Order: sequence, then structure tokens, then C-alpha cells
Amino acid sequence: MSAVAFVIISILTLSAALAAATNPKLMHAALSFAVMFVGISAFFFLLGAEFVGLVQIFVYIGAVAVLIVFTILLTRHDQEKTRGFNWSGVVISIAVFAGLVWAILGTKSLSVAPGRFAFVSVRRIGELLMINYAWPLLCVGVLLTAALIGALILVMEDKRE
Amino acid sequence: MSVGAVDQVFIYFKQWLLSFLSGHAPDWAIQIASSLINIAAVLGVFLTLFALISVLERKILGRMQNRYGPNRVGPFGLLQPVADGIKMLIKEDVVPLRADKLIHFLAPVLIAAAAILSLGVIPYGRNMTPFVIDGGILFFFAVGSATELMVFMAGWGSNNKYSMLGAMRAIAQMISYELPLIITILPVVMIVGSLNPDRIVAAQRYYYFGFAPHWFVLTPWGFTAFILFFVSGLVESNRTPFDVPEGESEIVAGHMTEYSGFKYATFFMAEYLGMFAVSGLAVTLFLGGWHAPLPWLKFIPSYVWFFLKLSILLFVYIWLRGTLPRTRVDQVMNFAWKFMLPMAFTCVISAAVWHYAGHRLAAWFWSAVVIVAVYFTLSIFLETKKKFAPRTYRFAE
Repeated sequence: MSAVAFVIISILTLSAALAAATNPKLMHAALSFAVMFVGISAFFFLLGAEFVGLVQIFVYIGAVAVLIVFTILLTRHDQEKTRGFNWSGVVISIAVFAGLVWAILGTKSLSVAPGRFAFVSVRRIGELLMINYAWPLLCVGVLLTAALIGALILVMEDKRE
Repeated sequence: MSVGAVDQVFIYFKQWLLSFLSGHAPDWAIQIASSLINIAAVLGVFLTLFALISVLERKILGRMQNRYGPNRVGPFGLLQPVADGIKMLIKEDVVPLRADKLIHFLAPVLIAAAAILSLGVIPYGRNMTPFVIDGGILFFFAVGSATELMVFMAGWGSNNKYSMLGAMRAIAQMISYELPLIITILPVVMIVGSLNPDRIVAAQRYYYFGFAPHWFVLTPWGFTAFILFFVSGLVESNRTPFDVPEGESEIVAGHMTEYSGFKYATFFMAEYLGMFAVSGLAVTLFLGGWHAPLPWLKFIPSYVWFFLKLSILLFVYIWLRGTLPRTRVDQVMNFAWKFMLPMAFTCVISAAVWHYAGHRLAAWFWSAVVIVAVYFTLSIFLETKKKFAPRTYRFAE
């Protein structure tokens, strides 16, 4: 059952990723990218990590995909123009892929057999974040608040004239 | 035990349906069949409710505006939704020549799918949650946040400036009000200690002094959070005081301008299903879910209580539509960031005070003090700043 689901989700995710990379229409590519995020969150659900899967949808569909789509909307010049084939992109992606493969093969974690993971409830994640990792969480909060205020100041600039 | 039997009648019915399969089919097939029955039940109930509420809304609005409302089709105009449905189905489906056909087609389909998914995690009665998941509340908002992308697809796919402007307005409004919407559920999650809707309902099952319900709406923080949640829900479902994205007099029908026939009907349906979902979540979080308001009314089945509370909230939605004019775009946004968000944070602090104040009476007093103090400080501050004053035009003089 889960093997069948894995194959179906993999095909969906990979084809969405391929469409995102190759589709000549920029907006279609961005939306295929969003479909790929849904596929990844489905993988998390399949592994029983429903919290991570939900946060994946929350952050990547609700925020990142909307951000990408807005960027395209605000910066497009001529939407009819199709993208040509980009050789430098191919080189860069192959280099990144090779680097990742090299890094993964260099680790010892591959030789470890998959352990039996205890089911991690949402409650346990919350306790860990709020008790054991409260300090990093607060730092991230301060950083994000600073970013938010910075963005507001950038936008407010033209108010006084 | 007849009370319990009436309460669980739908569960028994489902078990009876599944009993045909057991012994003949493998476990996974039974699981799929069980899910399919749940999905069919949710769809059946809420699409019927949608048909009913669409005619009731027009009747109630008519009553408020001293006219009859629909009264031609069937008894009391009750068959009006059937007539509307047939009309929508046989209308021509117009797709603009320069539209992005695929995105234009997918937007209404996906927006309805998101609305139906978010209906799945709400407990409708004892043992009647269609989709039990540990982070059910999170699921609700994750699916809801995907709606923004669908609205954008509708605006972009239509290739029309009014559609695009409407979609921009809708997205700006939805993102702004998602913050207070999510922060106002935090006090409930903090007090209960769970994101599971069933646990949240179970935490509200007690009665004070033997009769007063232990609902979160009856605490100072819960009351404030409920009102903020309800207003944010109004905005999220694009209902009247905040229906800026589809203000007819300004931008035709917003992101739905280029949709006709059944696609428009799908948008309409998604909007109502979203309204049911937000109201259902409000009932679950603050109004005790399917619990009876008084202990001696427990003989009435749980799902009756849930749908009674839901229909009261839906009536308030219609009532507001008949009463209030539309707000301006800048007013909506100012209200979100300058009033709703600080008040939502105050609810969180107030709930923390409630938790740590110990004695019940002291908890009541101090959490109320926190909210009242912040409310008045905020009002005075906003009043002196005069940000709700008439808009000053910079470019159009």
C-alpha cells in the first residue's frame, strides 16, 4: 500500500519538478513548483511526520509560492517571450548535483540501517521547541521581527515628500 | 441507552455499510471505503446546506429590506437552488480569448477542493470527525493558506485588469487577516495543550456549578478571541463588510469577473463552503463543539447541537450582510494591522495570565483587566493618531 503510494507520489513530484524546470511559460513553471511542494509534503505524510508535512504546505504553498508568483507578476516585461535553453544553468545544476552527491557519499549515515523511529507527536515537537531550544527560537524570532521592520521601512520611504 | 443510540446512529449506519465488506476485502480496501463514506457524508451534508443557505440568505435579506425574496419556485421558494443550479449548468461557458486556459480552468476547481478539505477536520458530533489527525487545526490553516494561490491563479488566468486587481486585493486581505485568525486560536491551543480538534472539544465538556457550560467563549480571553476570530473569518470568506475584492461598483466582480456559468457557481460554492468551515472551526474552538449548553439537554444528539450553533453563526453572517456597508480597502488593512493584530496578541497574554493566576475568580479578574487595559490604550492611541480619518489623495486631486 505505502509502496504504491510512494511510487505514485514520486512520479507526481518528479514530473512537477521537471515541468518547473522546463516549462517555457514562467507562470506555469512557478505553479508546477507549487505542485512539487505538495508532493514533498505528501512524502512527509507517508513517513508519519504529519507536522512537518503540514508546515511544508503552510510555508511553501502559503508563503514561498505566493512570493514567487508575485515576483513574476511585478517584474515581468513581456510574458509571451519564451525562455531559451540555458547552458550555464545546466552546468550549474550539474555542479550542484555532483557536489551534493559527493557530500552525501562522504557521510557515514548512509551505512546505518534505517532505525525504528518513535512516533513524534506535535506535542513533543512543541515541548522541544519551547523548553530545550527556546533560546534559538527566540533568536530566530528577533531576526524575523528585524526583517519585518526593515521591510516596512523600505516601503514607507516615499511617504514624506 | 436509547439516547446513545440516537447520538451514534450515523456511526452505526457506517459500520453496517462496512460490514458488507469485512471478510471479503483486504484491510486497505476497507480503509478506503471508510474514507469514501466519510467524504460522501461531508459532501452531501454541506452541499445540501449550501443550497439551503443560498435561498435562506436571500429570504432573510429580503425580510430585512422589506421585500419578499424568492417565492416563485416551489413552496416558499425552497426549490430556488435547483432552478439556479440548472440555470448555471446550461449557461454558456465563456473563456476569454487571451486567457491562460489551463490556469483559468484549474482555479475554480482547486479553490473548491481546498474549501472541502478544510471541512474534513471538524468534529461534527461524538465520534464524528471525518479525518482524525493530530494537528487538525494546523491542517485547517495549511489548506486555507493554499487558497491565496488559487485566487491568484483566477486573477492571472483571466488576463483582465479587474480580475488581477481583485485578486491582489483578495490576497492582500487574506494574508493580513490570516495573522489575527491564527493568533486568536493560540490561547485555546495553549490552554488545552493540543492541536487536535477532538481534544479541544473534549476540554470544553465540563459545567461550572453544575449548569454553566465550560466553553472558552465564556472566559475573558475566549470572548475577545472569539470576536476577533469571527471578524477575521468574515474577511477570509470575503463576506460583506469586507467584500472589497469583489466590490461591484469598483472592480466588477474581482477575480471572478471572467468566469461564467458553472465555473462561477463553483467559486460561489467555494466561498460558502469556506464560510461553513470557518464557522465550524469557531464552534469547535470557542462554542463547545457538539456539547450541549446545559447538562440536562444532553438527551438531544450531539450533531444537532453542532449544526444548531453553526446555523446561528451563519445567521449572524447574513445579518451583517443585511446591515453593514462595504469598507474601503485602506480601512480594512489599517484595521488588521493596527487593531486586530495587537488585540490578538493581547488574547495570548490574557490566556497566560488566566493560566497562572491560580484561583478562578482572580484569573477571571486579571485576564479581563489585561484585555480592557489594552483595548482602551489602543483606542486612545488610534484616536489621537487619526488613522481612520478620510483618505488623503496623493495622486488624484
